Amino acid sequence: MSDLLFEAKGVEVTYGMSKGLFGHGRPGVRVLHGVDLAIRRGETVGIVGESGSGKTTLGRALLKLVPVSGGTIRFDGQDITNLAPEAMRPLRRRMQMIFQDPMASLNPRHSIRQILTEPLFLHGLATDRRDAERQVRAILDRVSLPPVTLERAPHELSGGQRQRIGIARAVLMKPDFVLADEIVSGLDVSTQAQVLNLLKALSQEMGLSMAFISHDLSVIRAVCDRVTVMRFGEVVEEGPCETVFDAPQSPYTRLLLDAIPLPEIDDGWLTRPAPVLETAA
Amino acid sequence: MAEATNNAVKPQSALGEFWYYFTRSKGAVIGLAVFVIVVLMAIFAPLIAPHLPNEQDRTLLLLPPSWMQGGNASYLLGTDPVGRDIFSRLVYGARFSLFIGVVVVSLSVVLGVVIGLVAGFAGGKTDIVIMRVMDIILAFPSLLLALVLVAILGPSLMNAMMAIALVNLPHFVRLTRASVMTEKTKDYVVGSRVAGARWPRLMFITILPNCLAPLIVQATLAFSAAILEAAALGFLGMGAQPPTPEWGTMLAEAREFISRAWWVVTFPGLAILITVLAINLMGDGLRDALDPKLKRS
Repeated sequence: MSDLLFEAKGVEVTYGMSKGLFGHGRPGVRVLHGVDLAIRRGETVGIVGESGSGKTTLGRALLKLVPVSGGTIRFDGQDITNLAPEAMRPLRRRMQMIFQDPMASLNPRHSIRQILTEPLFLHGLATDRRDAERQVRAILDRVSLPPVTLERAPHELSGGQRQRIGIARAVLMKPDFVLADEIVSGLDVSTQAQVLNLLKALSQEMGLSMAFISHDLSVIRAVCDRVTVMRFGEVVEEGPCETVFDAPQSPYTRLLLDAIPLPEIDDGWLTRPAPVLETAA
Repeated sequence: MAEATNNAVKPQSALGEFWYYFTRSKGAVIGLAVFVIVVLMAIFAPLIAPHLPNEQDRTLLLLPPSWMQGGNASYLLGTDPVGRDIFSRLVYGARFSLFIGVVVVSLSVVLGVVIGLVAGFAGGKTDIVIMRVMDIILAFPSLLLALVLVAILGPSLMNAMMAIALVNLPHFVRLTRASVMTEKTKDYVVGSRVAGARWPRLMFITILPNCLAPLIVQATLAFSAAILEAAALGFLGMGAQPPTPEWGTMLAEAREFISRAWWVVTFPGLAILITVLAINLMGDGLRDALDPKLKRS
């Protein structure tokens, strides 16, 4: 068995394609144009790019949450590109996801207890209520939330607490892979640091592979081993974090790096002409 | 187990919050009060009604209400053309009206929610077929369609209820489908899929509870509409059959005496009006209390 956990080759995703009732459908818009991505075991891969670059779509395509219109996706050596939903279920436990907006991703009508225990039963990870309760309490403790949180509804928690619940829900399944989609963009800077540190610690403890989607390069640099830069649904640059950050090969990466806000104030920032990039390759 | 509440202001329970907003509207509270009275009347009919609903007194035909000249204290609202006490019949009739409302609403809610969930969730051709069938049902005037159905099935209260339930169905299907379609793209549904939920679980446990608010409101309004339509069918002789003390049927039986004895038609009519109005007021209050957009005042 290779040490590759996820291997995507030439992945294409098309949105809005329809067959139509009478045969003439719409062709749809292609948002991914043959993307390659490889994620090794225990490795954290960052996916960066501007809004609309297809990074979220790529993440969701890996988890088979959006239909893939071309290419192949292999998970742990198994081709999952055209796997039926029922055949996909046992694999679901091994690939979890943390969402951008925890308010939207936690069912507003369910209590935190329900949100955390249900997946355990769905995958048969807990034998009975007490076992589930024990596991859930252990994970809550790990993400530094008090047991009272279980009684709460999602809207009664703060943003940071909600995101911890999101993380708890993902790692509770003891997955091999976690997709973290812009998980800190809705949080303030100090909470961001806490959440990132927690996630980093957890991934090291559990030997997790992660895909970390963000538009924020400083966040990527803090957590990732390798980074993939995307633009217009294509990979612009790919490589180890240090290499990409220190010696970017693509002008687009350069541009993104220049966009990181610096701590010192540059006197001429207002009069300086905006960086311009020639059309993408 | 001892539970420490760490915040000073205890968050209101969902029910408490609902009650707070519901009682903001006077009409809703009045509606609820009247509805409770009607329900109690129906439950304790044998205790309240001075006579049996079908008991005839041949000597007292078309007796006027008790406060009028020639009235009798034991016949509060007078008697009908065959000497039955109108008040007693109205009290017993409340049972039928509520029964009709409950059966019709539960039938159309259950069917409508299931069909709507399937349409909204499956999408594609299933959705198109279901929605076109619903459009066809909606294209008929509702009372006319109910009449046709009863004419085919044969006139009886049970058939009238089934017909009304079918006529009400498209409203619930559309409402459920619309809510499902907005809810199913939300992240918590994706989260549930990632957690490994199969589609029945996604439909009924993940999505449905989040679609309930508009459905509850529609159900109350359909409740009153069902009573009204059952009364209309009864009036046309297609609903409950005499001597059942159903309000609409009572109206129909009495219509030839409308100029001679106004009370035989007025009181059943008022009973229908008051009940339907009360339930509608209650429904409006429910909508205001359950709609999060109107809540934050």
